[in-house]
Amino acid sequence: MTIKEIQADIVDEFSMFEDWMQRYEYMIELGKSLPIIEEQYKTDDNIIKGCQSKVWVHADLETDKLVFTADSDAIITKGIIAILIRAFSNQKPQDIIDANTDFIDEIGLKEHLSPTRANGLVSMIKQIKLYAIAYQTQLG
Amino acid sequence: MINVTNIRKDFPILNREVNGKPLVYFDNAATSQTPQQVIDVIVDYYSNYNANIHRGVHALSQEATDKYEQARQTIQKHFNAAKAHEIIFTSGTTHGINLVANGFSSLLKKGDEIIVSAMEHHSNIVPWQMLCERTGAILKVIPMNLEGELLMDVYHTNLLSDKTKLVFCNHVSNALGTVNPIKEIIDAAHKVGAAVLIDGAQAAPHIKADVQALDMDFYVVSAHKICGPTGEGILYGKEEWLNKLPPYQGGGEMIAEVSFEKTTYAALPHKFEAGTPNICGGIAMAAGIDYMNAIGFDAIASYEHELLDYATEQLLAIEGLKIYGTAKEKTAVISFNIGVIHPYDIGSILDKLGVAVRTGHHCAQPIMDFFKIPGTVRASFSFYNTKEEIDVMVAALMRAKGMLE
Repeated sequence: MTIKEIQADIVDEFSMFEDWMQRYEYMIELGKSLPIIEEQYKTDDNIIKGCQSKVWVHADLETDKLVFTADSDAIITKGIIAILIRAFSNQKPQDIIDANTDFIDEIGLKEHLSPTRANGLVSMIKQIKLYAIAYQTQLG
Repeated sequence: MINVTNIRKDFPILNREVNGKPLVYFDNAATSQTPQQVIDVIVDYYSNYNANIHRGVHALSQEATDKYEQARQTIQKHFNAAKAHEIIFTSGTTHGINLVANGFSSLLKKGDEIIVSAMEHHSNIVPWQMLCERTGAILKVIPMNLEGELLMDVYHTNLLSDKTKLVFCNHVSNALGTVNPIKEIIDAAHKVGAAVLIDGAQAAPHIKADVQALDMDFYVVSAHKICGPTGEGILYGKEEWLNKLPPYQGGGEMIAEVSFEKTTYAALPHKFEAGTPNICGGIAMAAGIDYMNAIGFDAIASYEHELLDYATEQLLAIEGLKIYGTAKEKTAVISFNIGVIHPYDIGSILDKLGVAVRTGHHCAQPIMDFFKIPGTVRASFSFYNTKEEIDVMVAALMRAKGMLE
């Protein structure tokens, strides 16, 4: 599936929730259930320190696709990471470079991506894009 | 006695909703809300007498200058400074601290010692570290105990010496609410000939400090925590100290005479007030102080303690809730966590329920490291808050806990 298709799926899923409580409960579930990074990658090199929460992000190139793993010490942040990973992981670097994160607004989680939240998510998206650019250059 | 129903009518923002819920504003330690009386002063300034001060011969400039200097006198009186020119207008507490730290660059030498407390805000740590880097002075720290109280024995016996040149401490800790024994800190520092800067940012909303009775050398305060506007504050400095310090910024207003060969600086307070100041900000700061004095600081303190006691009791009834900062003397600030739930998660859900609290490390990372936690949820109360609002927060916390555990 393309990034766009996955994002459309996520928007569809979220449209079934009636209120913010259900959306948050779903994100908390996502956050709790996913072991999304190996402990060996939770290093200082991979850490993005926000004032509020910490985020770790790690990238691997598997043939021509980028696979992201990430984690956070806050569960809601982790839930949003799970959604971002679902959209951006296992995709070609060029597709990641071309993609945007507007779907986060559509599913009503915009405030968590505000730069002023300082929860590490904005920097995480920047980091995902930087990885994509770096690997794209490498792939030629 | 406080008539909170009437007081709340003065604050238009308290009527608004957040995420469809009535706003419960418990982030007062970050910034206080602004009463209509202060908003009116701001509107009046820009509507009727906006002009540059200390320069013009025209009527508006004279009017604005008079109001600005009256504001300085109001603030002087409030903190009981001996002279109006000991009140320097700044852009806020951080500016005041940097002004003093910069000034001491030329007064310190290698091997001199500076003492700070373990519970400082980053703004009262970083400028001194920078000062130490510039001068070769050594930074020492007064440790604290698990209640969040400074270990004064260590200060007296192990830290203070004839090498100590400066001591910095907050009057009240922003993260824990501890009221520090500043009189004891000041008196002991003076015995070894050291100067003391007290950060009054968190104290000013709750305590009316008398700078002469406390024998302060420097006291710094922000307007936006005492019902005034952001971007404004004051540095109180004893005249003798302010005369010793070199100017911080060069520019207009702070000079007596300028030629390309030599410039002589203006007298206090203008020596430290380069450029066009935040004129409206200074006037509005005084209006905020007038507003709070009309209610009375004794009444404010006693009502806020009632809120603090009630909130402490209600919060401790939540299973797994731990309060950080349980000093005997504290202001209406409660820092806490529930079990291992991350403060960001609690803050996010509280926001959805209309409750504004601060989460994170509160610009006091050394405190969080001391307690080995990533941060806390901080609820801080003001005289316009109510017990009913505390009930709303407790219910919201129960809901957050249910969702997150």
